Amino acid sequence: MDHQVVRQAFLKSVPVMAGYVVLGIGFGILLRAAGYGVLWSLAMSVCIYAGSMQYVGVDLLTGGASVLTTALTTFMVNARHLFYSISMIDRYKDAGRYKPYLIFALTDETYSLLSDGTVPSEQEAHRYRFFVSLFNQSYWVTGCVLGSLLGAVLPFSTKGIEFSMTALFIASFTEQWLTSHDHIPALTGLLCTLLSLVVFGAERFLIPAMLLITAVLTLLRGKSVQGTVLCTAGSESAQGTVLRAAGSESAQGTVLCAAGSESAQGTVLCATGGEEGQRTAESAQRTVPCVSHEREEES
Amino acid sequence: MRAAVLVAVMAAVTILLRFLPFLLIRGETPPYIAYLGRVLPPAIIGMLVIYCLKDVQPGDPSQLLPALLGTAAVVGLQAWKRNSLLSILAGTLVYMVLVQAVF
Repeated sequence: MDHQVVRQAFLKSVPVMAGYVVLGIGFGILLRAAGYGVLWSLAMSVCIYAGSMQYVGVDLLTGGASVLTTALTTFMVNARHLFYSISMIDRYKDAGRYKPYLIFALTDETYSLLSDGTVPSEQEAHRYRFFVSLFNQSYWVTGCVLGSLLGAVLPFSTKGIEFSMTALFIASFTEQWLTSHDHIPALTGLLCTLLSLVVFGAERFLIPAMLLITAVLTLLRGKSVQGTVLCTAGSESAQGTVLRAAGSESAQGTVLCAAGSESAQGTVLCATGGEEGQRTAESAQRTVPCVSHEREEES
Repeated sequence: MRAAVLVAVMAAVTILLRFLPFLLIRGETPPYIAYLGRVLPPAIIGMLVIYCLKDVQPGDPSQLLPALLGTAAVVGLQAWKRNSLLSILAGTLVYMVLVQAVF
């Protein structure tokens, strides 16, 4: 047994420790407040092991959700895990006996630690990744159990603790908003859900909201495939795109809107003249000629 | 019993999602799937924000104000410090103080 690899894996996992323990404690307290004790907290953190889903799960447990709603909600909330797995297919290909657990434990945080692909040694790569994953889950389980125990003895009222779930998603939403230039998916999520809430009511809006979001995003994709239309039509997505052109750092004097296979996915690479960089979306839209071509051709 | 079933469903679907690509995908990721992989996560986070706030009655200031101020605290702190843990803890604290001591 090479302890060096375990030590390196531990050091790699340290940044996740605080986050997982604290969020786990929040979850444990919340679950306790909902009437489910330490064994539930342990079972959920071991078997589900998905932070935001467990928070939502508390609500599903207490809110009387059906099996179908639970399955669909889990599917939508955790759908991003599909994409973590997709990007790890090659890396985990030859992981052997470590493979099942590596896949099972691929959470947001573990993915963010392992997705850069750096490992201390190629021979020990899978064992290293295994221990990073295992350390991360141990922090999460520890937090969840600790929270449940704390929740039973806390000397102050935990009324309002449920806002920690809201805060978790608002913080992700804000961070996502600040790091992304394309706000259309986020707005689609907000507006479709609001609409669904108004139409279907608080008890049964979740499934319609998920269907509507998927449908709208699918339609928007169809639209943005047509690169030239995207740049000139003045649709919502075109405005988002041109806004990005105006603020683009890659301003090089020539005006070019490239829309290719990437733009089939809704992102469009845009550059606009240096001094013109401050132009408003509207004027950019009027004056910037757009060229649409496949990304493959570009490279 | 019902709770155990729901927990099992959550676990099964989560595990399925993590394993499915390894079982199904050979070679290139289909473009539509790749597209959804890019746009779905931010949309679902938006959905969850609304989901969390669904029971707030806009006509009732004792519900609306703590939710609004808590939200503002999280957004403001996140934009300022970019530290999710800090935003969550402080926002939750603001909300708890408001619902317990003020309203």
